[in-house]
Amino acid sequence: MAVARYIKDEKDQILDVILESGIHVKPSYSPKDLDAIGFSYDKDVADPGEYPYTRGIHALGYRSRAWTTRQYTGFGTPQETNERFKLMIAHGQTGLNVAFDLPTQMGYDSDDPMSEGEVGRVGMAIDTLRDFEIAFKDIRLDKIGSGLTINAVASIMLAMYQAVAEKYGYDPKVISATPQNDILKEMIGRGAWIFPVEPAVKLIGDTIEYSMTVLPRTNPVSVCGYHIRESGATPAQEIACAILIANAYIDNVLARGYDVDEFVGRFSFNLNVFGNMWEQVAKFRAARKLWARNLKEKYNVKKAQNLFLRGLFGGGGYGLTKEQPENNIMRGAYYALVAALSGAQTTALCSYDEAYTIPTPHSALLSLRTLQLLMDEMGLRDTVDPLAGSYFIETITKEMEQKIEEEMGKIEKFGGIVKAVSEGFIQRLVARQAYEVEKGLEAGELLKVGVNIYKEGESMDVELHEYNWDSAAGQIESLRAVRRERSEKDVARTLKELESATRDGKNVMPYLVSCCKAYASVGEMAGIFRQIFGEFNEPSLF
Amino acid sequence: MQDTKRLKVLIAKPGLDGHDRGAKVVAQALKEAGMEVVYSGLHRTIDQIVNIAVQEDVDVIGLSIMTGAHIPITQKLFQKIREKGIDDKMVFVGGVIPSRDIPKLKELGVTGIFPGGTPLTETIHFLQSTVKKG
Repeated sequence: MAVARYIKDEKDQILDVILESGIHVKPSYSPKDLDAIGFSYDKDVADPGEYPYTRGIHALGYRSRAWTTRQYTGFGTPQETNERFKLMIAHGQTGLNVAFDLPTQMGYDSDDPMSEGEVGRVGMAIDTLRDFEIAFKDIRLDKIGSGLTINAVASIMLAMYQAVAEKYGYDPKVISATPQNDILKEMIGRGAWIFPVEPAVKLIGDTIEYSMTVLPRTNPVSVCGYHIRESGATPAQEIACAILIANAYIDNVLARGYDVDEFVGRFSFNLNVFGNMWEQVAKFRAARKLWARNLKEKYNVKKAQNLFLRGLFGGGGYGLTKEQPENNIMRGAYYALVAALSGAQTTALCSYDEAYTIPTPHSALLSLRTLQLLMDEMGLRDTVDPLAGSYFIETITKEMEQKIEEEMGKIEKFGGIVKAVSEGFIQRLVARQAYEVEKGLEAGELLKVGVNIYKEGESMDVELHEYNWDSAAGQIESLRAVRRERSEKDVARTLKELESATRDGKNVMPYLVSCCKAYASVGEMAGIFRQIFGEFNEPSLF
Repeated sequence: MQDTKRLKVLIAKPGLDGHDRGAKVVAQALKEAGMEVVYSGLHRTIDQIVNIAVQEDVDVIGLSIMTGAHIPITQKLFQKIREKGIDDKMVFVGGVIPSRDIPKLKELGVTGIFPGGTPLTETIHFLQSTVKKG
């Protein structure tokens, strides 16, 4: 099992270092190591902005543009969330990353019995377009892009985003949404799936196809190695799964008769940062290279800019601890450093109190300031890929590339990513890995400050975000008000059209937009999909 | 000997939350410690969980809750197990549980509370020493 380990002698001298992906780290590196792996600057890395983009996708990196900061934000009602969005923007945040509550993510209205106790708890509650009108009020949708952290019903939320933009007078061609929209990873980790694999992937294909013409600045899918890693995958498995999952979405759209160059340039990635920092830097560099090569060699992508791995590299929640929570502030700073050294286009940090609950304004702003001071004070914008040329980094980047390919090979051998997810092959691998990590922590092979070393000191109480039961009641009340005011005739007609389109296998996006504009609710739209598609049957692991 | 019967534990994920890393790790650990483990899978209602507990005749029900809704969910569970007459089952809760909520959970009837980060050995030892096997 690949659990990171330090092999030490009785005097605490390190005899061997084994990274999570299985790479052994040597005490020092020299040009001989590069010779041993057959390193070629032009073939393996090349200049920033040159294929295979190991060093970065833009020649000038952060000189041309600093990263986008996008703290995950949303709780309670759309009104409360709108205020928090504005607070973050007023403090210099350059993008939004919208957190939805679980009922919304799972396609239930706030007054559904399934939603009880969860309305507005881990994100904001969205029932109808009225809620988006409040949430995005006075936000310049032509200037600021929004990540929409939603998957099973991402198609509905993207349609609603278009509807709100149009309502506020924006041309859909100028708005930039990034719905997460990666259902296969939900089936591996995070678990917010609803529909079976095939229709779920078809819905993603619909959003990609639709965005090509109607929403050209939208990134219809953000492939998330992030949550697979959170669930226990090694860094190599994280990237292997992400690339194969992205390929599954590409295949769906290719089967509709499009040319890959028409759409693949809008794919983006969401990848994780916690863990050994060298391994993460090597992972991101190798991932850029493998993604570009995958597109060029497997899919024959022609345009250079379509080969770019554009990514949010975010400080992972699994790295944070409940013990000594203020230590998470320091962890976040190091994760941000790793993301910057790895050339992230976009970044976000889990805040220090998120081992407990969603962040307070204070902790969210601390995370934002961490990202800002790194870019503006510490010199991270000065030069692209500053670790390039290090004998160590170049060696392990190449080794990481091999490890990722090995992991991809295992999944392909099983029968491909769709089969591996449907039958629980990856879920079992990842769950086993998570268990091994836990055992490694208990055995002291893996060290975690405040958890199994330096545990001294009282565990401190931190100020926590409080769930507001009144806002849940208020949300239900406003949903009922919308139901009273809307035209039931329009709702019934648009839902009926959505139903027929879904049954006929048409692209559902235009129908969803019409439903949203008629103030049909998320639960009504998702209910049609539920009725026609059924639900995913979770493979049994035990 | 009564002790030779294996302890049977239901690990359940109530509600809409899909974060199951912890639940699966605990399930695996209990299994390797020799217990019989039934894992509910995701998105279970309390009714479904109680039905599984009855059908499988488990000794212990473990709930994994990460969203902060642990108090209303646990309240509902106790209401249901009383209705079904299976309130002799021991209940333990794991997940994102702030320490300030522990007294309240105990008051509801929860026997063991294992917030994220609890060593697996602690959970295993607790179950082995606390639960009377049926």
